[in-house]
Amino acid sequence: MSAVDIEPNVDEEITSAGVETDQYLTFIMDNEEYGVDILSVKEIRIWDSATPIPKAPSHVRGVINLRGTIVPIIDLRQCFGMSAIDYGPLTVVLVLQVETEKGHREVGIVVDAVSDTADLDRSQVKPAPDMGDKINTSYIKGLATIDKKMVILLNMGNLLNQEDFSAMAEAQKSILELADETTE
Amino acid sequence: MSIDLSQFHQVFFEESFEGLDVMESGLLELDPAAPDDEEINSIFRAAHSIKGGSATFGFSDVADFTHVLETLLDEVRAGTRSIGPDEVELFLQSVDCLRELLKGLQAKEDVDISRAEDLRQQFEKILGMAPSDGASLDDAESISNGAWRITFRPEGHILRTGNEPLRMFWQLAEMGTLTVTTDSSSLAAFATMNVESCYYAWELQLEGRNIQKEAIEEIFEWVCDDAELLIEPLVAEVAEADENENENESTEAIEAIEDNLQDMESADAEIIPADTKAIEPADAAPKNDAGEKAAKPTVSKAAETGSIRVDIDKIDTMINMVGELVITQSMLGQIGSDFSDDKLGKLQEGLTDLERNVQVLHESVMRVRMLPISFTLSRFPRMVRDLSRQLEKKIELVVKGENTELDKTVMEKIGDPLVHLLRNSLDHGIEKPADRVKAGKPETGIINLHAFHQGGNIIIQITDDGQGLPREKILAKARENGIVGEDEALSDEQVQDLIFQPGFSTAEKVSDVSGRGVGMDVVRRNIHALGGAVSVKSEEGVGTTFTISLPLTLAILDGQLVRVGKEVYIFPLVSIVESLSVDVSQVSSVAGACDVLRLREEYIPIIPLYEAFGIEPDSKELKNSLIVVVESDNVKVGLVVDELQAQQQVVIKSLETNYQSVEGISGATILGDGTVSLILDIAGVVKMAEGLSSELDEKAA
Repeated sequence: MSAVDIEPNVDEEITSAGVETDQYLTFIMDNEEYGVDILSVKEIRIWDSATPIPKAPSHVRGVINLRGTIVPIIDLRQCFGMSAIDYGPLTVVLVLQVETEKGHREVGIVVDAVSDTADLDRSQVKPAPDMGDKINTSYIKGLATIDKKMVILLNMGNLLNQEDFSAMAEAQKSILELADETTE
Repeated sequence: MSIDLSQFHQVFFEESFEGLDVMESGLLELDPAAPDDEEINSIFRAAHSIKGGSATFGFSDVADFTHVLETLLDEVRAGTRSIGPDEVELFLQSVDCLRELLKGLQAKEDVDISRAEDLRQQFEKILGMAPSDGASLDDAESISNGAWRITFRPEGHILRTGNEPLRMFWQLAEMGTLTVTTDSSSLAAFATMNVESCYYAWELQLEGRNIQKEAIEEIFEWVCDDAELLIEPLVAEVAEADENENENESTEAIEAIEDNLQDMESADAEIIPADTKAIEPADAAPKNDAGEKAAKPTVSKAAETGSIRVDIDKIDTMINMVGELVITQSMLGQIGSDFSDDKLGKLQEGLTDLERNVQVLHESVMRVRMLPISFTLSRFPRMVRDLSRQLEKKIELVVKGENTELDKTVMEKIGDPLVHLLRNSLDHGIEKPADRVKAGKPETGIINLHAFHQGGNIIIQITDDGQGLPREKILAKARENGIVGEDEALSDEQVQDLIFQPGFSTAEKVSDVSGRGVGMDVVRRNIHALGGAVSVKSEEGVGTTFTISLPLTLAILDGQLVRVGKEVYIFPLVSIVESLSVDVSQVSSVAGACDVLRLREEYIPIIPLYEAFGIEPDSKELKNSLIVVVESDNVKVGLVVDELQAQQQVVIKSLETNYQSVEGISGATILGDGTVSLILDIAGVVKMAEGLSSELDEKAA
């Protein structure tokens, strides 16, 4: 997508001033686009080696030193059950500040690439489809369409509260299937 | 113009608790036969400040109670009443009671004043006063009247003593309708006027129901020595008040006070109650003395606000260092902005300075957290006194090294284990006076409490000259419980160490004091949790010594850097027993699952760290590796690692802040190159290893 394509969106924002909008940072993983609330993003940094934690689940890549604070790094691809890729100099870590059950935390997530920022009306965000009782989709804040492309907006706090990531991988698959159906 | 008093509440509570401590230690040192005037004075002053403070902040329960206490103390001070052991006991009880009341108020809970009421009646009995609910004739008269004219003509220096007429008037106004007439006739000419002096006099009229003369007198109690005060019943007309002028005057007064904060400091010591006759205004010396002796009691959890008093010297050092740091930084900045190769020497010099500055700053910041251990030890004399009474023993507590400094966090956590050890010595250690005489010892038992620094540790020793640990009794009990086998021969040290086993009490009967389950094992566990150690040494019939060794601070740890594969871990230096390269012939395999190293007379299980942590080592061959023997809770294990690296002090960072606790890891630290290294929790690793071997056992089976 080019910058020109975004322009109408921005204009729309200005004309509909007063409608509550949220700004999201979008990023790409496995060709799908995801978004997180931009206010929760503390910094974007290049992947650097992390100290692995013994016996940690595989999606926890380790901990890094962020100016004196110990911050865990989570591989989102593995959380969502996607195939792992090698980390290169272009691999990006988003350091996020999230509210979890256990309070306020900082966490880094590894993503393929950062894509863009987007302003979204509350009304543009559609709730996550109901997957039935078995699959917990509370980590999905909603779905939105930007330039005819679906963006999955994540609720990082709920994501980190998840105990069972295999169930999440399931949920992820079904959402993507659903998304394919709707776009086709 | 009103000041929110609640912002001062915390200070009031802290000061009151300190005051109570002063009272307590004073009472304990007081010799009823020959009471020391200075001692009684300091007790009296403490009580008086608490009363004044609580009245100001509207804690009337506390104020009323302290008032009675103070009256009695005043009589003692004036020499009109003698003080006996019973009175001392009563005073001590009221200190406890006041502490409870204040704690309750601090935690904003409803306070139970029934105890205070009981004590108050006892005091009133001593004083020969009628209980206050039976109103006296004078009272009845004043109630029926209900209107007063107060002529208040303070001396010029009243403002300098920190007294604020406006505040008194506010208090009066709370009782009823107050009209104030200001008499400014003695106002000096503008040129000669001193801003710190008060030139006004006031005539006040107070109308309301049930206003007692005493209540009015109490408001003026602090100043009536320095003022002309006339309180008379009124039936006359009401005069016009000049509130405005009063307001201005008061503003001026406040300004004057603010300008003269230093004056106030000394004024504080000068404030003496109305009924003082015998005593000169206290000079600053005993007050300071008392302030230094004052120690903070254990504050209940709800009230833990976490403020500490820091010596001004410590802060000054810090400020100096920060100043130097700024200079060094600007120097380095200058070099950096215009750098050429010939400035390399200067750069290095600057960096050396920087390193030194940071180090000193680091040390001085750490020192801020350090408090003298007397904060914890100060409550023990009282405890020993009460318990020895209860146990009918004669015991003297000797405290040495109470100025030894210790990290605040460590201090808060060491209190309970110390109490436990002390109670143990009191109950089990020291014998009854009769038994002591029989054993040829002086009647009074002595418990020594000694704190001192040794290396990077603080050592606390509790020594009693009691009966010592009964070897046979302990051994019999241990055999009974199956901790020790029937034929096992144990050295004295091993036997004595048995008392730290869970559920081990040789007390024949459970008493109020000890022998009730919360045992020495808890003491040991708590001390281990702080990274310390506790040991016992005893000789039957001669005495027992408990030695606690604790790290000075919890924030920094002496660590050994150890490499396994690509990872570097930190072993706490205290838990390392020794490191050795492996002689494979000394290693045997037990049940094909767990390797055991024979080291001198011991068999030590070997845990490959790579297996426990699931990492790839340089070599899985034992002969290429090193074994670090570590000890936790008296269990030794050998951890297999690839390389030993440097030893260094590391700053402990929490993993739990942003992640969660990890088994076998107690925290993390940042190494010189900026990478994160994990600190091993030896106890956890040992536990993990146990799980690992049982897993392997299951697989083998």
